[in-house]
Amino acid sequence: MKQYRANLMLCAGTGCVSNRSLHIKEILESELKRYNLQDEIQIVLTGCNGFCANGPILVVQPDGIFYQMLKEEDIPHLVEEHLLKGRPVKELMYIPPDKKSPIPKMSDIGFFKKQQLITLSNRGLIDPENIDEYIARGGYKSLAKVLTSMKPEEVIEEIKASGLRGRGGAGFPTGRKWEICRSAKNEEKYVICNADEGDPGAFMDRSIVESDPHSVLEGMIIGAYAIGAHNGFVYIRNEYPLALKRINNAIKQARDYGILGENIFGTDFNFNIMVNRGAGAFVCGEETSLIRSLEGENPEPQTKPPFPAFSGYMGKPTNINNVETWANVPRIIARGSSWFSSIGTEKSKGTKVFSIVGKLKNTGLIEVPMGITIKEIVFDIGGGIVNDKKFKAIQIGGPSGGCIPESLIDLAVDYESLTNAGAIMGSGGMIVMDEDTCMVEVARYFLSFVQDESCGKCPPCREGTRHMLDILTNITLGKGKEEDIGILEKMGKLIKDTAICGLGNTAPNPVLTTIRYFRDEYEAHIKEKRCPARVCKALIRFDILKDKCTGCHLCFKNCPVKAIIGEVKEAHTIIQEKCIKCGMCFDVCRFDAVRYG
Amino acid sequence: MKLKPEDLDKIAQKMRSTTNLRDGTARMKITVHMGTCGIASGAREILSAFLSCIEKEETSNILITTSGCAGLCSREPMATVEAKGEPPVKYVDLTKDKVERIFKEHIVGGKIVQEYALAIGSERVL
Repeated sequence: MKQYRANLMLCAGTGCVSNRSLHIKEILESELKRYNLQDEIQIVLTGCNGFCANGPILVVQPDGIFYQMLKEEDIPHLVEEHLLKGRPVKELMYIPPDKKSPIPKMSDIGFFKKQQLITLSNRGLIDPENIDEYIARGGYKSLAKVLTSMKPEEVIEEIKASGLRGRGGAGFPTGRKWEICRSAKNEEKYVICNADEGDPGAFMDRSIVESDPHSVLEGMIIGAYAIGAHNGFVYIRNEYPLALKRINNAIKQARDYGILGENIFGTDFNFNIMVNRGAGAFVCGEETSLIRSLEGENPEPQTKPPFPAFSGYMGKPTNINNVETWANVPRIIARGSSWFSSIGTEKSKGTKVFSIVGKLKNTGLIEVPMGITIKEIVFDIGGGIVNDKKFKAIQIGGPSGGCIPESLIDLAVDYESLTNAGAIMGSGGMIVMDEDTCMVEVARYFLSFVQDESCGKCPPCREGTRHMLDILTNITLGKGKEEDIGILEKMGKLIKDTAICGLGNTAPNPVLTTIRYFRDEYEAHIKEKRCPARVCKALIRFDILKDKCTGCHLCFKNCPVKAIIGEVKEAHTIIQEKCIKCGMCFDVCRFDAVRYG
Repeated sequence: MKLKPEDLDKIAQKMRSTTNLRDGTARMKITVHMGTCGIASGAREILSAFLSCIEKEETSNILITTSGCAGLCSREPMATVEAKGEPPVKYVDLTKDKVERIFKEHIVGGKIVQEYALAIGSERVL
């Protein structure tokens, strides 16, 4: 076995690859060759490291030195200094926003410190395209244990005892779900991995598949054994090319090792997995729609019951879990249900992966124990708000979720607390908003997404969300009426109660929560025709203050639509009919002569 | 190759040196000092000598890493050998032959090669 003295763990998650990490790899290779270091130092491409805002990221092991925001031109210096001369390069390390000196070690950086990794425990530590590296860190041992020493019922009991709940949104107890499907009387059963992640700003499942695809497969095989299924599907978005490539590669490697296919590990258990690419319809994330799509039908949700556990794919008993749920399974078998249930809150056990995006200093992907507060996520891990503006709200759970205001910052995040606050756990997208965010506009945005993605099968969702969207659009245009808020609330509740599927049932959440917590903003838009965050263009206007304008002509030159008139050294004026409210004049004026509101 | 459950441990064993490197867990850590002075006096050959010793011996659990100048430029090339839980030992004026002996006696055998060692322990870091 080749002995290396150092491993360069270069992040090749989607974020870092778009920031040219693969080009950095090429330069690293040629620089290592230049000093003849290629036999001493190995470059390893890893899955997403999580600290996406600061990519591309490189961790040098065994020292654990964390380099960030690398550019191609940094590499020659880095190789010469650190890898040849043994002097870590301070300028390329992470410096916290409020500090001056860099933090060399990854484990000391605040973003990583508060995280607890279960499903992402291999991230950044293995090459996801090499099954041996997964096995080296204990991979497939849980499967071997299950197949050689546990009855299916015992596996189900273990998962039930762990308290694991579905990570895809609704939070149904996973062990119970398996048990129901196992009890269904049929020779032919299926398990499905839902990797059709569609929420705007969410990329948890993608990152798990990219950084540790074998953990998902292992979970699925264990689940299939417990349920009594011999065939499974991974339903994954075609827009995730890297995840798709890695899951296909993982399946091939597992087949070659006899971990998938006939007689797994030499036992009499058979199980196969096929990959199905989704075409990007949001509704396919809903389980009954996903099954229709797999069958080649229109992806329209079906009324339940019958539940998929009794009548799913091709009318056979089917169990669907999402990527993160599956990835938890091998870890629970390996370390025991009592270990897992010791983490988290009373009813929500274990950890949850969240993608944290929006107006945060440290955006990226995190895994935290259930019960962590919003404050810890936003300030300790996220590093606070960009430009030190005021934190206003956090949108949790995607288009089906809700906005939780600053006043609830100490809320402990678990399934129940989020539902009580009007949001949902969802798949784990978190969007952080600052004082410059208009909550009416946010509600309008999410509703327009849902309206676009509504499959059209049931009228409450198809027609109801359209009417709600029309009302919201009118409010942002300054055409809101006094009764609008009441109508929105009434329609929202009606849609929640009457839509067929989860998409429709939760679609009004962003509107209802923003009304609940930010009613004053709605009222300002409707009664005063004013947008307090100054976002809704129809409700703001720019003016030049005659007494302050020096006639420097700078705004005149910069206005993209020639909406400013005036001679040099004379006060200028904005022609309101032409103005597109881009704010350019405000940005360029050096005399504070442009006012808006 | 179709695996049996017991093959998993064999693969894990084969990969041990890689996982040790990334976890930073090892029985023994060798640091070759590669400042400008170290490189000028041949630290690269010392590093390669240690690496080939590890490869030949097929031992896992040994980390080899580099660091900057140790401050005693006149006695380069230098290396520090640190067994888990014991004070580090600094070896000076190294050559390829000395490396082989240190490897055999200290790293594998656990006995410090007194005649090549400069000192045991390191400076106090305040």
